[in-house]
Amino acid sequence: MTALSFPSENLTRTGNLNLTAVPPVPDGERKGLTKKEVAADHPTWCPGCGDFSVLALYFKLIEKRKMHHEKITTVAGIGCSSRFPYFVQAHGAHFIHGRALPFASGVSLSRPDLHVFVFGGDGDAFSIGGNHFSHTARKNVKLTYCVMDNWVYGLTKNQTSPTSPIGYKSKTDSWGSGDRPINPMKQAIAAGATFVARTTHTNPNHVLQMMEAAMDHNGFSFIECLSECVEFYPGAFDGANPRKGGQFPEVPKDHDVTDEYAAYKLSEELMPGKFGIIYKVNRPTKNENEAKIVATNREKFAALPDWQILQKNFDRMK
Amino acid sequence: MSDATTATPAQTGGTPEISHISEAVIRIAGNSQDGIQAIGGFLARLAGRSEQEVMTFMTIPSTISGGPSIFQVRIGSGEVLSAGDEADMLLCFYQHSYEGHLGSLKKGGIVLYDSDHVKEIPPENLSKYRHIGLPISSLVVEAIGGTGRDKGKNVYSLGLIAKMFNLDVSKLHRLLNERFAGKDPKVAETAIAAFNGGYSHTLATAAELFKFKPGENVGHNQIVMGGNEALAYGLIAAGVRFGAGYPITPWSDIMELLRKELPKYGGSFMQTEDEIAAVSMAIGASWGGRVAVTGSSGPGISLKTEAIGWAVMAEIPLVVVDVQRGGPSTGMPTNVEQSDLNIACFGGHGDSPRVVIAPSSVEDCFYTAIEAVNIARKYSTPVIILTDQGIASRIEAFKMPELEKICQDISPDLTAVADHKPYDLAATDGITRHLAPGTRVASGKYPVVTGLEHDELGHPTGSPKLHVQMTAKRRNKLKKLGADLPTPTVFGPSEGQVLLVSWGSSKGPVEEAVKQARANGDAVSALHIKYINPLPNGLEKIFEAFTHVLVVELNDEGFYGYGQLGAVLRGRYCDPKIRGLTKVDGLTWKIREILDRVKAMTK
Repeated sequence: MTALSFPSENLTRTGNLNLTAVPPVPDGERKGLTKKEVAADHPTWCPGCGDFSVLALYFKLIEKRKMHHEKITTVAGIGCSSRFPYFVQAHGAHFIHGRALPFASGVSLSRPDLHVFVFGGDGDAFSIGGNHFSHTARKNVKLTYCVMDNWVYGLTKNQTSPTSPIGYKSKTDSWGSGDRPINPMKQAIAAGATFVARTTHTNPNHVLQMMEAAMDHNGFSFIECLSECVEFYPGAFDGANPRKGGQFPEVPKDHDVTDEYAAYKLSEELMPGKFGIIYKVNRPTKNENEAKIVATNREKFAALPDWQILQKNFDRMK
Repeated sequence: MSDATTATPAQTGGTPEISHISEAVIRIAGNSQDGIQAIGGFLARLAGRSEQEVMTFMTIPSTISGGPSIFQVRIGSGEVLSAGDEADMLLCFYQHSYEGHLGSLKKGGIVLYDSDHVKEIPPENLSKYRHIGLPISSLVVEAIGGTGRDKGKNVYSLGLIAKMFNLDVSKLHRLLNERFAGKDPKVAETAIAAFNGGYSHTLATAAELFKFKPGENVGHNQIVMGGNEALAYGLIAAGVRFGAGYPITPWSDIMELLRKELPKYGGSFMQTEDEIAAVSMAIGASWGGRVAVTGSSGPGISLKTEAIGWAVMAEIPLVVVDVQRGGPSTGMPTNVEQSDLNIACFGGHGDSPRVVIAPSSVEDCFYTAIEAVNIARKYSTPVIILTDQGIASRIEAFKMPELEKICQDISPDLTAVADHKPYDLAATDGITRHLAPGTRVASGKYPVVTGLEHDELGHPTGSPKLHVQMTAKRRNKLKKLGADLPTPTVFGPSEGQVLLVSWGSSKGPVEEAVKQARANGDAVSALHIKYINPLPNGLEKIFEAFTHVLVVELNDEGFYGYGQLGAVLRGRYCDPKIRGLTKVDGLTWKIREILDRVKAMTK
């Protein structure tokens, strides 16, 4: 009865890996990565897609912040923008539709040594994954979530998305969409996100600024990046592009980013709306809360090997 | 109370006789708030400490509070394989408990009832069963005062049972003290007072007192717990340090225990917003380099199937616990059923082979958890542990595991590597191996994990050739596992007329049925299948030696007359002698039921 048919003996700690190990390189001796080293597969997006610019700026972020390949994890769900992990030369996961956030939370909560970046679209974030968006925000899991919002379902070829404006004609609403679109900023603030920013793909410097600020934020950092779908919704964001006759109004300098009501008010307008950090507060992260629970529990047991901790429990069940 | 021998002849003055017995089945019937599970728990723990075997069975209503509930304990000096068909003694607190459970009492058995609540005893019952009526509710007030009345009834009754069965009072006192330790000392004092009140009651009307023969498990350092507990502790022993789940009966016990215990080991368990988040988070953590766990029951398993399919495709190790209950849909949430075999083995779109293992007892829950983790790691695959309500809430005593030997470290190894292709088609053993994120790859080529069909580095491909190769790869690695699985051994002679095939919690009752059948001269044997998917090799050789192969399972016979495992065995062996012996009444098997059905099917 008690003999295990599958004992641990012939397994290394991580499964059965038996690879040629290479000596570690001290961090000080490692150079920053070049764009060439970070780029992987050539993106499958349509020429002119806004997502190219987000990818380019992610590369720039990695370059600028001298991150190492192995410390970066890029996670996505399903959608055009969610193909992201294939284009980045780093540990990546392309998960199922709408569930990138809980997957990424699993990575963040079990591996605090990694940078966790999640990329996705509006359908992934606000429709099929809407529940996870709210809960990851309220739990304040430490990760960065960049939603490339194009106001339309692109991968499935032009259906109404949760952010499509009223009147948008799609294959599922040929007479024009009638449902009130989600306001991503308001959604994030109301859910309890601790970092909420808005940017657009046509302003690369601003995108990079937001990415850096998001990465530096200790908690759940959310960026909505307007990213034009040239195929199904061309011109959607012209109103926010000064080169197309639009405007790029930034968050006023005197805006108090910790003022929830002010942030809510700033989010009112959808086009062009305001760009920049709308809301930012510090609240203990889920990661910190869990670490605290672990620390309190470990106080009593830290000196014991795991089997003895279990033995103590079992002895009480005799 | 089999083989009862009267050792002490009746003495003068009406002192009851003492009979020496080797086992007894005690059923306690009341309402769910009466604390009857606690009495059962104490009896089970006491048996464990007295080197005896014990098995319990309980039903709880699916209401939040109240409703009839029972707890049955079978204590034996020798081997105990099931919770017992018929009770030797019935303790009932209410009229409805009396009426509802008298039928489960053996003819001539003892019914001890609370005469404050049980008022109507049909005269014809008096000749069939030995009735002992005591005003338990009033006696409890006498013993401990009025305020604690409802709380004390169970412990008072434990005292009565302890007296009747000559149980070890000092051990019971210690158990009561342990149970109530840490609370207000008055609580423990009151409990002891209630117990002593019951124990010192004269039971003048009882015709007989009993004493268990010494337990046979001498020298076994025994430990007593429930199946869900054993499974959770098994996961901890296996080195699992992260999990995620959503509350659902009867899975919740496991997540509650892991949530509380894992931090002691530096781990954590997350309660998520829904079932899908739970499985997704566990997969994320598993990809992080250390096998993680999620689990559920009933509808929760349906919700997780898409993500499990992803883990099959991306070949991520993962452990999913399914504590089965009555289905479909919300079904019978607090009843036992084994109807998730199909979803466990085949749930999900596309060809998605995965591993399914079913533990058969409380002890087996502990070891199965460890095996599941190791299979997940070795074959880089999701493993579903298919347990059921019959084991989840059952308490058993078993030999203390050798924890120092068993506990394992499965923390990720982040040593840098030169280069790596996780889905290497040229790998000699055909098994995928992932690098945990955080591992530097000197070549600068990093793998991706995905639900899209992919090449050897995990990058998506539409190549028909690769889809064929990768589909075969995912299948073949588990065929290899199938070849590595131990062929189960036959319980009883390896040839005969009837072979009863069991899985999950039906193992005990089936083996007990075999013992009884053989005692009656019938050529019946049993085969228990633990590894459900893939199946071990060599079963056809075992089947060859029997005229009938009857698959005993707690699920519906289906359109074609086989239960769920029965259909799988039919599919694999195309053998018409394989038939289903199934039921869906939400209760565990009675030995009599199995034997009657065997008789009817083999006429």
